[in-house]
Amino acid sequence: MQKELITDATLVSNYIKGDEGALGILITRHKQRIYSFIYSKVYDKDIAEDIFQDTFIKVIRTLKKGSYNEEGKFLPWVMRISHNLVIDHFRKSNRMPKFSNTGEFSIFSVLSDSALDAEKTLIKEQVEHDVRRVMNELPEDQKEVLVMRMYNDMSFKEISEKTGVSINTALGRMRYALINMRKIIDKHNIILTN
Amino acid sequence: MAKLYSKNPKQEQLKMNPKNETVDFLLSYSKALSVLQFNNMKMETLLN
Repeated sequence: MQKELITDATLVSNYIKGDEGALGILITRHKQRIYSFIYSKVYDKDIAEDIFQDTFIKVIRTLKKGSYNEEGKFLPWVMRISHNLVIDHFRKSNRMPKFSNTGEFSIFSVLSDSALDAEKTLIKEQVEHDVRRVMNELPEDQKEVLVMRMYNDMSFKEISEKTGVSINTALGRMRYALINMRKIIDKHNIILTN
Repeated sequence: MAKLYSKNPKQEQLKMNPKNETVDFLLSYSKALSVLQFNNMKMETLLN
């Protein structure tokens, strides 16, 4: 009851003098009106919450800087700040439209999940297993180059240094490895597909 | 006269309040913020 007797002007002046409790009383006294006003414009609780917070951050900064000079008109001043922030919000959201899933259009129909589902994971594993089996059929020198290039991600220069052959030989072995793999796949009618 | 039993949306809106966390944040922000005056400049500092 005591709190209600203190006017906004007194609380503002006390707050400027360093009484932090005065701000608590001011917020408690006006939060419902300010928040409801913001919500009535934006119709979104989270956005209303953000604008309410930004409004009071502005209020706090202005009061602490000593730039406030409208004593006795605290609530209309705060309402004007929140009104301006609501306008800012709509300007911003016009520039950058927000998609919500409330209507017929769902953003998830456009955005797909790139992670593989259980079926695709199984197929991928099967394909990789088949490729390894085919590779094991290759002559050792070709297999060595293929493993270094595709699995170890080495350059042909590095492969030639490691195996002690020229780059051209390494390139040739890679070429024959691929040709031979295709032959084995055709011969055994292996279907590799994702 | 028939009574209207539908909810009045305006009345519902008037009861809306921000979350307590938001209010707590603002009070903490206020405590942490201090403005220093240096010559003609005003500088804000946030102490955590």
